[in-house]
Amino acid sequence: MLKINNLHVKLEEEDKQILKGLSLEVPAGQVHAIMGPNGSGKSTLSYVLSGRDGYEVTEGEATLDGASLLDMEPEERAAAGLFLAFQYPVEIPGVGNMTFLRTAVNAQRKARGEAELSSGEFLKAVRAKAAELQISPDMLKRPVNVGFSGGEKKRNEILQMAMLEPRMCIMDETDSGLDVDAMRLVSDGVNALRDAGRSFLVITHYQRLLNHIQPDVVHIMANGRIVKSGGPELALEVEENGYGDLLAEAG
Amino acid sequence: MTATTDLDVREGVDRETVETVQNMGSYKYGWDTEIEMEYAPKGVNEDIVRLISEKNNEPEWMTEWRLAAYRRWVTMTEPKWAMLNYPEIDYQDQYYYARPKSMEVKPKSLDEVDPKLLATYDKLGIPLREQMILAGVEGAEAAPAEGRKVAVDAVFDSVSVGTTFKDELAKAGVIFCSISEAIREHPELVKKYLGSVVPQSDNYFATLNSAVFSDGSFVYIPEGVRCPMELSTYFRINAENTGQFERTLIIADKGSYVSYLEGCTAPKRDTNQLHAAVVEIVILEDAEVKYSTVQNWFPGDEDGKGGIYNFVTKRADCRGDRAKVMWTQVETGSAITWKYPSCILRGNESQGEFYSIAIANNFQQADTGTKMIHLGKNTRSRIVSKGISAGQAQNTYRGLVTMHPRATNSRNYTQCDSLLIGDKCGAHTVPYIEVKNTSSRVEHEATTSKVDDDQLFYCRSRGMDEEEAVALVVNGFCREVLQALPMEFAMEAQSLVAISLEGSVG
Repeated sequence: MLKINNLHVKLEEEDKQILKGLSLEVPAGQVHAIMGPNGSGKSTLSYVLSGRDGYEVTEGEATLDGASLLDMEPEERAAAGLFLAFQYPVEIPGVGNMTFLRTAVNAQRKARGEAELSSGEFLKAVRAKAAELQISPDMLKRPVNVGFSGGEKKRNEILQMAMLEPRMCIMDETDSGLDVDAMRLVSDGVNALRDAGRSFLVITHYQRLLNHIQPDVVHIMANGRIVKSGGPELALEVEENGYGDLLAEAG
Repeated sequence: MTATTDLDVREGVDRETVETVQNMGSYKYGWDTEIEMEYAPKGVNEDIVRLISEKNNEPEWMTEWRLAAYRRWVTMTEPKWAMLNYPEIDYQDQYYYARPKSMEVKPKSLDEVDPKLLATYDKLGIPLREQMILAGVEGAEAAPAEGRKVAVDAVFDSVSVGTTFKDELAKAGVIFCSISEAIREHPELVKKYLGSVVPQSDNYFATLNSAVFSDGSFVYIPEGVRCPMELSTYFRINAENTGQFERTLIIADKGSYVSYLEGCTAPKRDTNQLHAAVVEIVILEDAEVKYSTVQNWFPGDEDGKGGIYNFVTKRADCRGDRAKVMWTQVETGSAITWKYPSCILRGNESQGEFYSIAIANNFQQADTGTKMIHLGKNTRSRIVSKGISAGQAQNTYRGLVTMHPRATNSRNYTQCDSLLIGDKCGAHTVPYIEVKNTSSRVEHEATTSKVDDDQLFYCRSRGMDEEEAVALVVNGFCREVLQALPMEFAMEAQSLVAISLEGSVG
């Protein structure tokens, strides 16, 4: 599904290399986790994959089902099935959450040449999915992320994911700032979306999230590259011993 | 279920916006209707003023009123204090009177109406049933209305071409007709109120309007009557080099209520067209008037060529105690906008509100705002202004809040937000505040911000293209004002916000 090959990325404005030859492959239906110390380039990876301005790819490529992601506009990547759950979801004052969702859903459907959802179909779907994530009707009406608590913002990201039905989901520290109950809700939401045709790339600092969302593969990222990959036990190792030994091992 | 229904409706509005934007060209109303016109010679002088008066079959007193205004006007000079740059206007190079030839004799059936005029209504989005009524088709009034009823008065170039729902309104005692008809049929009301809010000598453009106004709308709501439907006027400038000078007079008698909508369009032209309108509103004790405008005159092209010069004087006089007025405006069109809908809060406990969205893109220039003149005790006013500048446009909010010595315990709250798109446009805020008593309170808040890249990226990462994303974010910025509009207008306004900003990013 997602293939990243030898990706080199620097900041556009300054001469600072952040990703230094990162390679990664997430096959269809799998959940991969990326862990790594602060400043290792995890968030940059998620932004570069989703097309945010401010980064320059100097070498390498990233493809989604064979199509080069890096040549696409952010909205084209979204329509192609890529979704980023933001670490810091953005507030949009005055725009109702429901309006935002619906505009997004229909924009993607239109881009793919599918019929737009009717008002009735959309409301039915959004209400059912919101209920699963314990998102109140009031939250659907309020402006996007404005005045939402940390947990509400993250649940709202998962609601968007559920409505947009992407095939490749990137979650950037979705667990940060969540209490135990909120983490369970978010994880249940993600697990409900797991299927053979959908893949996840879960970026996290903590092993705890991976107890709820069982990964197939865990990657350790440091200094702009993947330094080690392994099974779920790798996450436990990090939790136990920190990154020190792993990094020393990788040189 | 009530909340749900409300939500669904709002949903529908927003959805429609996005669809409309996707389906529209940049200026939807840029067609021109080839209808045979009758013109007065170019230029303005006493003979032209007399001719206009005569064409409208006006009584002698009206002709004299116009002539007095004209004589005043020739002694005045054009005001230059606004932050607007435009070439000198040659007032003698304009037509001051034009009307469709087919209006010489009022049509009696649909067959007699110029089909091109009907096509015009169609393009303006006037519902078919109202088109039939405007055209005077028999039995049309009895046909079932689609949705909420709105009575329409259409002004095509200088002439009011027809008013719908007249009989139904008459049953409630409401008078809604063209001002030329009111001058003939209701001289006592016109004599009493015309020029009583905006005097003939008020300002250069209002004085010119007083001399040469050719038509416009007249509304009288009798004591205690709640007008049974929204009243609406569509203004359209069609003929080339023609100034449009409409005059609107609204009188809300004691304890009455009316909501009035005004929509404006004009075709694309290379040359600039002049528009100088006057709106006067008289509000007596306990009465309330809501006046909403969606101004979409042709703004000029991407290079700043053409477009309407819009110099408008709008004022409401809350003459009685507890009178209330609410102005809501969405200003998206015109090359030049010079407009300050004002509230004179004369009655004790009277209230004035002003909600405004002003969008200037490409080379548009807008200098707009309001005046809140507090004269009575315990008066209240509220100003919410949202200015959006894009391209190389300049957008100025200019507002006056004044508390007179007698206006004790009065309050004003002003909120003035400016949004910039790109780095070649300008936003300016010029508030004037005068407080002449010690018990009143005036609050002014202002913000200026740029469209946030993070917001745009967030929207785009969810699948919206850049223009859709800008439209969504800007509509959010304007939400407070959009919500003050009647539902029918809110839809149109949202689409306009998006359309006016097309090409402003990237």
